[in-house]
Amino acid sequence: MLANAPEGLLRVDRDRMYIVVVGHVDHGKSTLVGRLLADTCSLPDGKLDKVRALCRRTGHPFEYAFLLDALKDEQSQGITIDVARVFFKTPLRDYVIIDAPGHNEFLRNMVTGAARAQAALLVIDAAEGVRENSRRHATMLSLLGIDQVAVVVNKMDLVSWSEKTFRAIETDYRAFLQRLGVHAPYFVPVSGREGDFVVRRTSHAAWYDGPTVVEVIDSFTPAKPKTARPFRMPVQDVYRFTGHTGGADDRRIVAGTVVSGRISVGDEIAFLPSGKRSHVRSIEEFAHAPSPSIEAGRPAGLTLTEHIYVARGELATRAGDAPPTVSTRLRASVFWLGKTPLTPGKDYLLRLGTARVPMRVERIDSVMDASTLERATSTERERGRETVERNEVADCTLLLARPVACDVTEVLETSRFVIVDDYEIRGGGIVREAFAEHETGIGDSRPRGSVVWLTGLSGAGKTTVARAVVAKLEAQGRRVEFLDGDELRFAMPTGFSREERDAHVRRVAFLASRLEHHGVTVVVALISPYRSSRGHARSICRRFSEVYVSTSLEVCERRDVKGLYARARAGLLTQFTGVDDPYEVPEAPEIDLDTSHSTVEEAADAVLRQLGAQEA
Amino acid sequence: MDALTDLESRSIHILREAHASFKELCMLWSIGKDSTVLLWLARRAFFGHVPFPLVHIDTSFKIPEMIAYRDRLAAEWKLNIVYGENRGALDAKQTFPDGNVDRTTCCRLLKTKALMQTLSGEGPRFRFDHTSGRYEHEKDPAPYTGVIVGVRSDEEGSRSKERYFSPRSREGTWEVTEQPPELWEQYKLDFRPGTHVRVHPLLDWTETNIWEYIGREKIPTVPLYYDHGTGQRYRSLGCGPCTAPVESRASNVAEILVELRTGKFANIAERSGRAQDTDDSAGLESLRLEGYM
Repeated sequence: MLANAPEGLLRVDRDRMYIVVVGHVDHGKSTLVGRLLADTCSLPDGKLDKVRALCRRTGHPFEYAFLLDALKDEQSQGITIDVARVFFKTPLRDYVIIDAPGHNEFLRNMVTGAARAQAALLVIDAAEGVRENSRRHATMLSLLGIDQVAVVVNKMDLVSWSEKTFRAIETDYRAFLQRLGVHAPYFVPVSGREGDFVVRRTSHAAWYDGPTVVEVIDSFTPAKPKTARPFRMPVQDVYRFTGHTGGADDRRIVAGTVVSGRISVGDEIAFLPSGKRSHVRSIEEFAHAPSPSIEAGRPAGLTLTEHIYVARGELATRAGDAPPTVSTRLRASVFWLGKTPLTPGKDYLLRLGTARVPMRVERIDSVMDASTLERATSTERERGRETVERNEVADCTLLLARPVACDVTEVLETSRFVIVDDYEIRGGGIVREAFAEHETGIGDSRPRGSVVWLTGLSGAGKTTVARAVVAKLEAQGRRVEFLDGDELRFAMPTGFSREERDAHVRRVAFLASRLEHHGVTVVVALISPYRSSRGHARSICRRFSEVYVSTSLEVCERRDVKGLYARARAGLLTQFTGVDDPYEVPEAPEIDLDTSHSTVEEAADAVLRQLGAQEA
Repeated sequence: MDALTDLESRSIHILREAHASFKELCMLWSIGKDSTVLLWLARRAFFGHVPFPLVHIDTSFKIPEMIAYRDRLAAEWKLNIVYGENRGALDAKQTFPDGNVDRTTCCRLLKTKALMQTLSGEGPRFRFDHTSGRYEHEKDPAPYTGVIVGVRSDEEGSRSKERYFSPRSREGTWEVTEQPPELWEQYKLDFRPGTHVRVHPLLDWTETNIWEYIGREKIPTVPLYYDHGTGQRYRSLGCGPCTAPVESRASNVAEILVELRTGKFANIAERSGRAQDTDDSAGLESLRLEGYM
């Protein structure tokens, strides 16, 4: 055995490639993979006999797919439910084949498998031809950035190895792939069940002189090294293991995996979005010699020359490399896998690199049917297409509660993200456009805006505190704008129903966010009684401080400066907050001020301290 | 980058994600080669430290050399290590070696149940005290919400279907048809209270990769894996009564690698020496759905 082993098998540093097998349900993906394993002798001894014996016992006809569909549910239903990873090798290199399910219900599993792959085999049943998921899966591959694809036309035995059928599928599907921008150099006619053209070349298709499946996968090229691109390292953590088992250790290590480029000791490093800068003092290692530089794909541990505070979620970049964009507003292609649709205005969490930021969909620009590539027109949306349904692909504008650093074309790893809804990853996407913030944090001395949002009952003291805050900020030479509830209602008249109040708060929030964007410190004094509309304001402003003026109803009513409570109690005013309309107390305000226990001066100072802390 | 360095990089990334995301995190250490590689990877990831406890489930039937090796490394590497056991089943002699239950039930009691109780804190935990060199009963154990486990895809069918971060219900069961998506390096890090997660950094490693890495990093392993002149060695370690040695003269890592790549074990399943797998075709899957690793 040793003497006969092909030379390549004995090499220690063999390459490994991940290949996903996708396509419509029942088109024979698992059978193809099972056959690939069996015919390259990659199965453990006795495995084939064991599965055959199991089939005899349970009365199922033997199928190669059973080698992959290992779960009881899968074998009893005859479909693949979840991706399987299987290992096999050719003399050229090692492979991990990821067998993905073709059933629409398990698209999330298909995407999971494909996200890991460097190349894909798309399987099409010769008798059935191109079907819905043949197209949808190809669309997902293009979104996931997999650009090496080969098409396997399976079950050729069922169409008597008809070249005409094969060519018809090839013409049809090639045209579809072209629209996606997916390049598929090879279409291979095979029979997974019989084994033709998987590993063995047979006499069944004299008209075919192209490669077998195994030759095709050996023709795929490994991912190109990403070292020539800008340095990017999402910060996973900052370690300080003082007092830990393993002895005293006062190193402060910034840890993360380098996703592109390289960094060396002595390089200047900039963390975004904070804009903090330092230099690399050392690249730490355990049980290995420290190295002067580290590059894409490796987990790094950096110590810095300056003592700066950075945390998980920031993106480490290298000064001198092309910088990423820091943004709170992204246009992105999104695929949605959740049962409940992706809905504008709803709260989600966006995760990009190691950053986690509350997110909302500002608008759905277009929805695409992933199996036809048809885009829903805007008139269709006006008729009620306001959401992205499960398994759909859409272009959306996303609003983030805080800025994130991302790339658009330069670095794939920092342009893709996932969307979390109710603890689960339910969607993913890729940034197509990031609307730049004025301040990238680097070399920008422009003043940064912020929003101070005072909420509370009528007569709580919002306006009084706000005026004191404004005076102090102006004394500091800042550009300040004061948006007061009474003045706003005068300028933009509106009613008091929940809908009208909500719309009013949204208008004010929008105004505040625009002013903030231009470096203004905006002080808002507004009852803004509903948690959801205040949450909206927070989500569209960058630096937002919610100040809850928590003076109690009894105190407000006793003060009754404007005589409004008396009129409300007398029934002369309705929908009055605190009397016959609810006030939803903030759950986590930055500041809680009870004006019955503090002077205006003290209250204003507390707000200024918060602003100072935010800027530090 | 070679394939082994790539595997190491991805595993370290996963370990760091787990450490950053879960407060009550632990790592299972079975003393076998896979979880010892995992332990080494943790030391690589955290620069010589292991910032979470290692949990060992002691069935009391482990081969004695395994326990000696465990305690030696615990002291040398200053590990925070705890062990747990199903005392009730052991006292009642509800075990396969005592002849009172079958192999699968024995695994269920001494491993799955012991593990569940140890993780939840309902069962006793004994923590290694580095001053006294003894295991002390741990007071008020908190439940672990994240558990790092060294399973590999190539071991057995159901393990090939695992995620890197896999949610488990409060009872520890695996909803195998409802697994969440995993995209790129974005794993499931958000969990509903009451659920916990199993983290699988070694999913993409094969048995050959494990030995290649042990050789490259010179990781100390239990002597049972090597032939010491008897013509026998263990390929997979478990409880003495249910794990059989294999006929092999491989006495070091290089010889084991030759056997695995091209020699007598190139086409023989690793767990073929583990009796509980063969009881029924889906024996291990059944155990795993209930919480077995």
